[in-house]
This record gives sequence, C-alpha cells and structure tokens, in this order.
Amino acid sequence: MDLNDRPEHNAFRQEVRQFLDAHKDTAPSETAHSYRLLPRPYSDAIKAWQKLLVEKGYASRTVPKAYGGYGAEPDILENRIIADEFFAAGMPQGLYSQGISMLVPTLLEHGTEEQKKTWIGPTIRGDIMWCQGYSEPNSGSDLASLQTNAIEDGDDFLINGSKIWTSSAHITPMIFCLVRTEPDASKYQGISYLIFPMDTPGIDVRPLQTMTGHPSFNEVFFTDVRVPKSAVVGGRGNGWKVANSTLKHERGMLSNANGSLERLNKISSLLKKETLNGCPLWENKNLTDRFVSLQARVQGMRFHEMRLLTRTKNGKPPGLGDMVCKLLGCELNHQLDALAIDALGEIGVLYDGIPSVAEDGIWQQWYMYDLGLIIGGGTAQIQKNIIAERGLDMPREPRVQKGS
Amino acid sequence: MIQDSFRGLLDRNVTLESIRRISTGNEPFDAALWQELVGLGMTALLIPEQYGGAALGLIEAVVVAEELGKRAAPVPYAGTAVVAPLAIMLMADETQKSEWLPKLADGTVRIGIALSELASGARRGSGLIAENGSLTGTASFVVDAADVDAFIVADSQQGFHLVSADSIGLEITHFSTIDGTRPIAELKFQNVQASGLRQTTPDKIDRVLSAGRIVLAAESFGAGEEMLRQAVAYAKERKQFDRAIGSFQAVKHMCAEMAAELQPCQALILYAAYAFGANADDTDDAVLSALLAKSQMDDVGRFVARTATEVHGGMGYTDLMGLHFWFKRIGFNRATWGAPEKLRADAARLQGLG
Repeated sequence: MDLNDRPEHNAFRQEVRQFLDAHKDTAPSETAHSYRLLPRPYSDAIKAWQKLLVEKGYASRTVPKAYGGYGAEPDILENRIIADEFFAAGMPQGLYSQGISMLVPTLLEHGTEEQKKTWIGPTIRGDIMWCQGYSEPNSGSDLASLQTNAIEDGDDFLINGSKIWTSSAHITPMIFCLVRTEPDASKYQGISYLIFPMDTPGIDVRPLQTMTGHPSFNEVFFTDVRVPKSAVVGGRGNGWKVANSTLKHERGMLSNANGSLERLNKISSLLKKETLNGCPLWENKNLTDRFVSLQARVQGMRFHEMRLLTRTKNGKPPGLGDMVCKLLGCELNHQLDALAIDALGEIGVLYDGIPSVAEDGIWQQWYMYDLGLIIGGGTAQIQKNIIAERGLDMPREPRVQKGS
Repeated sequence: MIQDSFRGLLDRNVTLESIRRISTGNEPFDAALWQELVGLGMTALLIPEQYGGAALGLIEAVVVAEELGKRAAPVPYAGTAVVAPLAIMLMADETQKSEWLPKLADGTVRIGIALSELASGARRGSGLIAENGSLTGTASFVVDAADVDAFIVADSQQGFHLVSADSIGLEITHFSTIDGTRPIAELKFQNVQASGLRQTTPDKIDRVLSAGRIVLAAESFGAGEEMLRQAVAYAKERKQFDRAIGSFQAVKHMCAEMAAELQPCQALILYAAYAFGANADDTDDAVLSALLAKSQMDDVGRFVARTATEVHGGMGYTDLMGLHFWFKRIGFNRATWGAPEKLRADAARLQGLG
C-alpha cells in the first residue's frame, strides 16, 4: 500500500477540508448509519446533501459521468482522504444502501446502456431507493435453491412466490429480485435478475418485527406480478452470476473499518469521561485491555482495507484478503458494542440511549443489529466456507443433488 | 532480487533436520547458515552506508523477519541484527559507532540484548544498578546471547550500556527455552565496567523497543502463515471416513478462522514498520502501532499455533512432523520484549487510559 500523499493528494485534502469547513453549519445532522438501523425514506436535507456530494465527487466518485457520477479514476488515496476527512469533521458521508452500494455497481458491470442511464443517476442522488429480493423462507444460505418463479407471458413475465428478510421493502419504490425464469435449466442456470417497481399490482409487503424492536425488514408476496422481459439485468438465466456480483459488493458494504473506528472512539471517550466510585472507567484494567485489543483489530482492518484497495487499483483479482472482511468486520463491531455495554454497567441495558452519559449511545440496539449483520449477507459460517473453499482451495463438501 | 536469493538460500539451507539438529544439540544456532546470510547482507540492512551498511529501513527488516519466521530458521535476528545496530546508531557516540557498526554489518561480531527488564518489567531479583560507570545486579532474559562479543544492557534508570562479553565480574549462564533455536542467558553483574551509550533519550528507547517488537511480530506472522499452509496441505491429503478431512466443515472452519485472523495482522505490522520510518520525530503513532502490531500478532499467533496443530490430529503432536518448531517460535516471541498484556497496558497509558 502506498501511504505517501503525493503533492496532488495534499491539494485534494485541502479541497475536501475547505468544502467541509464551508458546510459545517448547513450539513444535515443525521448520519447514513441511522438509516440502516431504522430504514425510512430519505429526508429532504439528506437528499440535498447527497446531491451536493455527488456533484463535488465526494460520493459515487468513480461512477461515470454519463450515468450521473463524478467520473473520476479510482484512486485509493482520494477515497481514503474523503472518508477520513469527513469522519474527522463528524459530517455525514455519502449514503450507503442496497441501491447505491449494491445495485449501482452491479448495473455498471452487467446492465444495458439503457438500464444504466435510467437507474444509476436517480439512485446515487438518493431519489430512488431499492430493496433486495433474494432470500426466501426455504432459501437462505442456499440461496440458489430459490423457488420464486417467473412464467413467460408474451413480452412479460408473471411472477409468483415470496421473499423474506427484504430490508426496506415497505418504503422503497424499486426492487432488484432473483426469480427462476428457466424452469428446464439446472439450479444455478435457471435464475434471472430482475428490476421492477414495488407498486406493480400483486405485490404484498408485510413487515417483520426484529429483535431490535424496529420492523426493518419484510416478507414480500408476489401473486401474478407482471414484469416486462426488459427488466432482466445481465441476460436470462444469468442471474446467479449477476447476483454474486451484488453479494460481493454487499460484503464490502457491510464491513467498513471507519464504522468500527467510530465505535472505538466513542468507547475511548466513555472510558475517560465516565466514572465508577469516583474513578474513571479506564482504571478497570480488564476493560482497558479489551479496549486496546479491539483497537489493534480496528487498526488492522483499516490498513488491511487500504491494501485491498491498492490491489484492486493495480488490477489484481479479489482473493483471500477480500473474503475475510465481512467475517472480521461484523464480528469486530459486535465486540465493540459489547465492550461499550459492559463498560456502562447496569445502565448499559437502557434501550433508548442515555443522555446523561458521555457518548449517549444506543449500544444495545447496535449490539443486536450487528448480530443481525453477522448472520445476514452470508452467515459467518458461510463466510468461513467461502474462505476455506475459494480462498484456501479446500475440497468442497460432497453435495447431495437431486437431478442436476 | 535480493529477496529471491535470500529466499533461495533459506529454502536450501533450512530443513526440518537442520532445525532439529540445532534445537536438540549443543550448537546455539546454525553458524554456517548465519555466515551465508551475512554474505547476503542480512546484518548490514539497517546500518548506514558509511559504516558498511545498506541503509535500508524497518520495512525491509520486516520482510526478512517474515521469511525467517516462515522457516523457523535457527539463526538469531531481532536482537543482534536489528536492536543492536539500532541502539548503537541512536545512542552511541561516534567512537562507539565506528568501532561496532562496521563489525555488526559484516557479521564479525554479534551482540546480545539485555533489555527485558525495560521492555517487560524487572522481575523479583533482577535489575541492574549503574554507579560510576559500573553495573551490579542481574539481567534475567538476554536474547541472542550465544557466542557474542558484547551485550547491550539497560539499567534500572533507563541508562544504556555496552558490555564486553569477557568483562571481569560478568557471569553468563545459558538457559534453553521452549524454542531450542532461541537460547537465552542470564547475566549476573558484580561491578562490571560498562561503556555508556550516552545519547539515550526516552524517545530513542521507544524506537529501539518498537523496532524489536515489530520484527518479532513479523517473524511470528511468517511462522503463523507457514503453520496455516501446512494445516491446509495436511487437511487436503489426510483421509478419514473415505474423504479428505479438509472436506469436513469443522476442519474448513478452523483453517478459515486462522486465515482470516492472520490477514489484518500483516497489514498492521507493515503499517507499524512504515510509521517507524515515516516520521522519526512524531513517535506516538509509531510507538502505539508497534504495541498494537505485536500484541495483536501474539494473540493471533497463539490461536494459529494451537489450531494448526489440532488440524494435524495426533501427528501434530509428534516430533516427527516438526510442526512444534513453529509453535515454539511463536510462543517464544509472544513472551519476548513484552507479552500482549504488558504491551496493551503500555498502549493504554500512552493514550491516557492508564
């Protein structure tokens, strides 16, 4: 990894700082994180901010201009500078979401020109939100076994079936969805990736309450939902390949060392400002030892991510290094939440935040939400299978296949 | 490329037999291999050109350490090839530098390192008092201590000294450690004349300790990666229940966990080496990074050492496969110059949390 700022990077850093300084009183106070914990439509303030960031190239920086992005060449240090400066200034970075972080990169890789032109711009500007129709009640870790089907009817498909764990389906106007379009093909060859509106007749969304107390995801039922064939992305029967692109980007989205760093900094502040029997919390060496141990992990992840960016930029294909991020990052965040809860003692079980405490945090909610992320987007056990089989080239388990 | 000739040399000359011979026999290290490594410039890496060195940095030393660790190479390195030259470069006067650095560079002398009381704390009965240039007391864990010409020692007031190995009043007792390629010595001093390294400051002490710790971490990383590699290879070969044991999820997950835990360690170690060299004046980030890199690698190393052994089943426990040599190298490095608990306590203090 090349950590040395070149002169043009220094100038860029100054430019970002000037932007942040000029907007420090007008930037919205919400963060992208709050939209994850409690999905809701973007506020006007956040949308205006997102548009400004895209215009300046501080969000969706490498999305080509033709599709509404800034069109810059990928540059590991520029990305780092943006992330670090926004983070240091405590100002909201670009939104991340299923649409922006998962669908847009997938369309860039697999979409038609028309699909790219239609959907990328409004999505990165925050005008259109998306949900992801992947998992089904009988198809979770074994996603490719999905059964929601699409039968040809003239120029359209008629979709029947159901999806589960569909985050934000209750508020998003659009869905990207995996359905089985090729009934005679094998399990992996029969799937197509479709994008269509959630207000298409026949779609029924039922919220699912989660352990956090927020109904952040849903069951979605499809009854004879009519969708044009042009809604296919990446070609009929190619959906599994397209889906794997999205899953790869999702794994990248779900682990982000700056999120861990943010938790770490709050805990540091907690250990210094809060007291027990008049003594600062850091005097409990057990807590402090845990803190430093997690700090080492956070720093490791930060520099590991930078190395991966350098590799990607140098054209190296993703490898073992990329495969470990979701597993490590989600576990790390969960451990950080646990430390904060433990440091707080009894009041660590309060649910809505504790205004009288430094870094008033909703740690219990994050603790549960982060457990959800350990499970979702590919369970930790699936991640380990992927690491072992694809990263370490260990033999796949013998599969019991019916038919193909 | 130096790296290739270095790797080639190690591949040819470090075998299970040679490691076993050094570990179980009377030779403290592989002297022939040492000479060849000297010939490739291993001991000259960090030393300035005017003293016959290559004037390279800690990142290069880290690369070397990884390769040595990968093979559990039975030669001293972190003490005599990294900490010794660095301590002299930073803390010695010109006369001392001219006397010692060229000979360290061309391998004609080796120097043992007695800094454990400083790095880990002074145990009951150990510690050195300096009075009028002479030292009295005990240094209990001296690294790279075999066949040396001198020792670098720290006294209880954080003063540094160079002591000739044949000094009057100096009693050297060698001990074996769990790692048969890492003998240590206990030094007892009775009014031993020492040559002070007087350009010592707290920042320089931090730098010297940081360098040693980063290099140990790099060595452990190499050893951990090798244990993982062997575990995966074994799991793909070994069959039970009519299939490779590596096709069972439990075994796959053990390997996946080792692989995952190791990945960020390398990044952190490289960053610590980078930070060490990047800004010699701002030591806080460099010192913290070294503490984090070693403590993290030590914990991961312990996990990898035991887990890789378990993947090998009963065979992992035997001497036959020799896997335990890597296990022991990792264990030795964990304890040396600050085990994780101590390093984390130091890191906490550095950040106002202790």
